[in-house]
Amino acid sequence: MIILTIDGREIGAQDGWTVLQAAQNVGIEIPRLCYHEALSSSGACRLCSVEITTKRGRNRIVTSCLYPAEEGLDVQTNSEKIKRLRRGLMELLLARCPNSNKIKDMAREMGVTEPRFRLEQEECILCGLCVRVCQEISEAKAISAVNRGIKKEISTPFYDLAETCIGCGGCAYVCPTGAIKIENNKIRLGDKIFKELSPEEVKKVEEKLEKGKKPIKKE
Amino acid sequence: MKIKTREDLDALKRQGLQSLYPHNPKITVGMATCGIATGARKVFDALSEEVGKKKIDVVVARTACIGFCQKEPLVDVLSPGGERIYYKEMTPENALQLLDRADGAQIPDNWALFRMEGEENLIEDKKIRYVETQSRKGNNKIPLYEELPFFEKQVKVALRNCGFIDSEKIEEYIAKGGYYALLRVLTEMEPEEVIEEVKRSGLRGRGGGGFPTGVKWASCRNASGEPKYVICNADEGDPGAYMDRSILEGDPHSIIEGMIIGAFALGSHEGFVYVRNEYPLAIEKLKIALTQAGEYGLLGEDILGTGFHFNIKINRGGGAFVCGESTALMASLEGKVGEPRAKYIHTVEKGLWERPSNLNNVETWANVPAIIARGADWFSSIGTEKSKGTKVFSVVGNINNTGLVEVPMGVSLREIIYDIGGGIPGDKMFKAVQTGGPSGGCIPEELIDLRVDFDQLTGAGSMMGSGGMIVMDENTCMVDVAKYFVDFLREESCGKCVPCREGIKRMHEILADIAAGKGKEGYIELLEDIGFILKEGALCALGSTAANPVLSTIRYFRGEYDTHIREKRCPAGVCRELVTYSINPEKCTGCGRCVKPCPVEAIVGQKKQPHGLDVEKCIKCGSCLEVCKFDAVVRQ
Repeated sequence: MIILTIDGREIGAQDGWTVLQAAQNVGIEIPRLCYHEALSSSGACRLCSVEITTKRGRNRIVTSCLYPAEEGLDVQTNSEKIKRLRRGLMELLLARCPNSNKIKDMAREMGVTEPRFRLEQEECILCGLCVRVCQEISEAKAISAVNRGIKKEISTPFYDLAETCIGCGGCAYVCPTGAIKIENNKIRLGDKIFKELSPEEVKKVEEKLEKGKKPIKKE
Repeated sequence: MKIKTREDLDALKRQGLQSLYPHNPKITVGMATCGIATGARKVFDALSEEVGKKKIDVVVARTACIGFCQKEPLVDVLSPGGERIYYKEMTPENALQLLDRADGAQIPDNWALFRMEGEENLIEDKKIRYVETQSRKGNNKIPLYEELPFFEKQVKVALRNCGFIDSEKIEEYIAKGGYYALLRVLTEMEPEEVIEEVKRSGLRGRGGGGFPTGVKWASCRNASGEPKYVICNADEGDPGAYMDRSILEGDPHSIIEGMIIGAFALGSHEGFVYVRNEYPLAIEKLKIALTQAGEYGLLGEDILGTGFHFNIKINRGGGAFVCGESTALMASLEGKVGEPRAKYIHTVEKGLWERPSNLNNVETWANVPAIIARGADWFSSIGTEKSKGTKVFSVVGNINNTGLVEVPMGVSLREIIYDIGGGIPGDKMFKAVQTGGPSGGCIPEELIDLRVDFDQLTGAGSMMGSGGMIVMDENTCMVDVAKYFVDFLREESCGKCVPCREGIKRMHEILADIAAGKGKEGYIELLEDIGFILKEGALCALGSTAANPVLSTIRYFRGEYDTHIREKRCPAGVCRELVTYSINPEKCTGCGRCVKPCPVEAIVGQKKQPHGLDVEKCIKCGSCLEVCKFDAVVRQ
């Protein structure tokens, strides 16, 4: 049992938990877009950033989905610095995906409505949840992030229809912005239509994802 | 033959000394990438052919880069008992004349760059004299190596053998004291003692971060998990930087020896060199060196007969800048997408394949044998209080002596740029120097007396980085410079985290607007806002430092940004859309020199009458300005 402080509250956490898990366990909400309880953490969206002060007095910003809960850690989930950072991140995301309801809603909650940048018309925020589902849950490895920098996108091997896709639809299920869609019982990623959904696989992947979502056991 | 004893090593050393300083004249061609790019291979081939054909009693040898890249191809002649004279900018024809020097033929003095009466053996702390008697007078029309401003202030530790040995000959490396430090470590020292020595030396990582090497080693040794890995980061990708390439090409054994010493200290038996595929010559030299080290029992099983075993594999990078970041490099080594991960659990504990992994940069590894051979006290006597030893810089850009220099920490920027670098070409004014590559910043003229070490550079809003130094003159536009680096990073960000991928893209968008005269009030503050998001929010060091080129140019050249935004003017005349060309009729003589070079026929006029320039047609290429002898072309 680890004792740490989050937003002034002293709370307990199990060994191996992240700060995010410890916070969730006591109902402290931290915004996030690239996190799913059943999948490994990636730290891509940075929205779950929190300000920490370690026992040794070191102060810095870390992502709570990855930072391990430590004894004596002092965490602030909503400091001025964190709010400024999150507003900035949402402004960047809103400029990228101005039509996504999820992004619009989250941005509005943080007081961001008009990005100061040119608007793009993307749907995908490259959170990578789909890739992790496909690798870790479905074990199909049908999609991946390809290229880097501004050219980065989610795609299939060689931009071809992935032979290893099992039609589980896990990618669409976890996609926070609806960039991967189910249309006419088929998975669509950008201009690519995957094979038809397999009801059996859909059931399996959704069960696994939901199972991983179980509330953390309280001690 | 496997080396098992000190006597075996001594025997190979004698061979190496023969090869380095033969009894017949020796003519050596500098054949690193810089030399080859300017024609060294043709020079070497011409010399070899001539010597073979005429059966001349001369050894034709090759070496790598001595640092003076500006004057390549360099060829030196060493006659037994005489001086060693270095000749610059050699062509095959001129080099052939050097062959006759032994016959007393006169070589024009102005072909020579410098001469040496002897060379240093850093590892053994002694000077090898070529000239046998003190009384013998050298050619004093040619400056001595030690007196040449380019070399005078340099202290070569990491570059100790570069340009002095043939890196394909392990015996030459041994002749310069190589592998004796390893012998001592394996036969006389405990792993903890090695780590203590490196700790006490004060060596800090030369790849950019400046983390104390000994502390890193100790953490890795103490971390639980087997096996442990030793990695050399040779994924040098900063624009204008080539320190690591030169060491790999010129002295690969120094890295190998350093890595074996490190492996022994950490308890590792497997090592990797991650080197960018764009360095074919460096990879070739490293491969040869690894094979030779294996053949002589310095790598593999039972190293030097001590029972210690260690192997090194080469892994070639696929061209992503981000793979120079330690966690991305390890992901790439594992065969995964080269993306960084959070380092809340350090790589010394869980790195490659989740095992304790110790990664150091090429230059760091090359320092290790010298520290063991000469001792921590010697090493820490060089440099400043918190930055010990020397640092290699590649000095490029608007500088007279482009080249690779190694100076003690604490030398001022002025000394590097003016004394060693020879100042700015064309007597132009110095404007700024970019250190640390795309993660570093621009340091302005008023800070030119800044003493170069890890902390001073960081304090000035830049960083040491791996050691690239790009010198800029008065004709450089700082908005354009910031835009250049951000453009580089926008392509080279791995794209995983939002601040880096989206933030850098937006910075570039804003800078492009400013450079195109579309800048608005508030753009500078917007850039600073994005800078905050990157610094505080990015996942890895590439992202958190990505704003440095922008923030440092804003910090020191804010007025220049304002001029672009408010007056729609580029004071340096670089930003094409803010510049207009015209011809001053008072100065134009109507010579017509500018008419032909103009690719769009924008310049017309009668012979011997002032010409006119059609602004509508003009594409602002600047060809007319370059050719005009009367300063009649005006750029505003």
